[in-house]
Amino acid sequence: MSGKPNATPSVGEREALLSRYVDDRLDVEERASFERWLHDNPEDLERVRNWQHHDRLLRQRYDALAHTAVPERLLKAAKRASRRSPVRYAVAAAWLLVGGVLGYLCALMVEHNAPDLPEITFWREAAYAHAVYVPEVRHPVEVGADQEAHLVAWLSKRLGTKLRAPHLAGFGYTMVGGRLLPGSDGSPVAQFMYQDGAGHRLTLYVRRDMAGTRETAFRFAQEGKISVFYWLDGPLSFALSGELDRALLLDIAQKTYQQLNP
Amino acid sequence: MPIQQDIVAEIPRLRRFARALTGDAYRADDLVQDTLERALNKWMLWRPGNLRAWLLTIMHHVFISQTRSHKAVEYYPEEMLPELPARAAQDEGLALRDLDRALARLSLDQRQVLLLVTLEELSYEETARVLNIPVGTVMSRLYRARERLRALLASQDGNAHLRVVK
Repeated sequence: MSGKPNATPSVGEREALLSRYVDDRLDVEERASFERWLHDNPEDLERVRNWQHHDRLLRQRYDALAHTAVPERLLKAAKRASRRSPVRYAVAAAWLLVGGVLGYLCALMVEHNAPDLPEITFWREAAYAHAVYVPEVRHPVEVGADQEAHLVAWLSKRLGTKLRAPHLAGFGYTMVGGRLLPGSDGSPVAQFMYQDGAGHRLTLYVRRDMAGTRETAFRFAQEGKISVFYWLDGPLSFALSGELDRALLLDIAQKTYQQLNP
Repeated sequence: MPIQQDIVAEIPRLRRFARALTGDAYRADDLVQDTLERALNKWMLWRPGNLRAWLLTIMHHVFISQTRSHKAVEYYPEEMLPELPARAAQDEGLALRDLDRALARLSLDQRQVLLLVTLEELSYEETARVLNIPVGTVMSRLYRARERLRALLASQDGNAHLRVVK
């Protein structure tokens, strides 16, 4: 409404403008324009003054507490962790060692080179990206599935290798779309998102692995509630993440692998 | 992992928020303690960014699960609301206590949004992420929270049954 200072905003617009005005989240132009509008709408002007007054009282009321001494038990709660951490590091290190040995043995059994890879980082990265974007209601993806060809071409270009997006309709999942993300090493990563009729979402996280062409079996990992199957396939690393049953996720991962290797 | 001092530095603000959210000083500190413990167990999930928003997100989850286990948010009767060490001027004391009670009458949803935006000064987007709701919902809850607060405080102004607190 910046161009039309006296135009009547819709109900939702008016509510949002009132809040943004009081919270000082309008830019200079919007602010000036809204002030002109308030001038002609004394009820809302009164409302804004009331809100501002109450916000000030609220801060005053509770700020006092931010200046009182922190009880010992809370400081202890923070300190307990620092005592516990070395143990946790040791436990984590022990598990890594066990995992490493098992991984090595498995690799020997299937006659692959021992994949001593940065996969722990990779799958966790995928799980984090899943956790961040899956709850998005308005912007789950950058490019929607309605522009699938463009999406795949774009992500292929950015990753510097030909990508394909699997179709998982056989499992009831349709593609929502995808986005480009920065990987932990700064390289571009592609994320495709799928959704079923109940709104459950899966993500396929694809990174180009500079180390060269390798292939591994599916591996499973879990971060909180998020299950991840991940594998290497030629120059690409894949991670399929979802909050669903491990067996079903493996089925979907296998199907994905097959589709990408026709 | 954020270093211990960073988390310790956030404790006063967490207490302030928890106090405003729960309306009770002891319950607030319990909530902060549980939040700290959960945070320190979950530090593997920490990613560099807004530490305060991360801690507030954890507090939200802890509070919701506590609230569920209590079935309903328990509020102490008004006369039992403990006093805060308010540093406000004497003549403002009354208004501040009215505010405390009015805040306790907002729905939990409204109170959370109002406190995250005004007290914690989170952006609307950060507030939406902490509560895991769309930004549009943040905006409508914020509006309703402020209007309800206004109505509650207006009805108290000059009201005969206003309790005089010395």
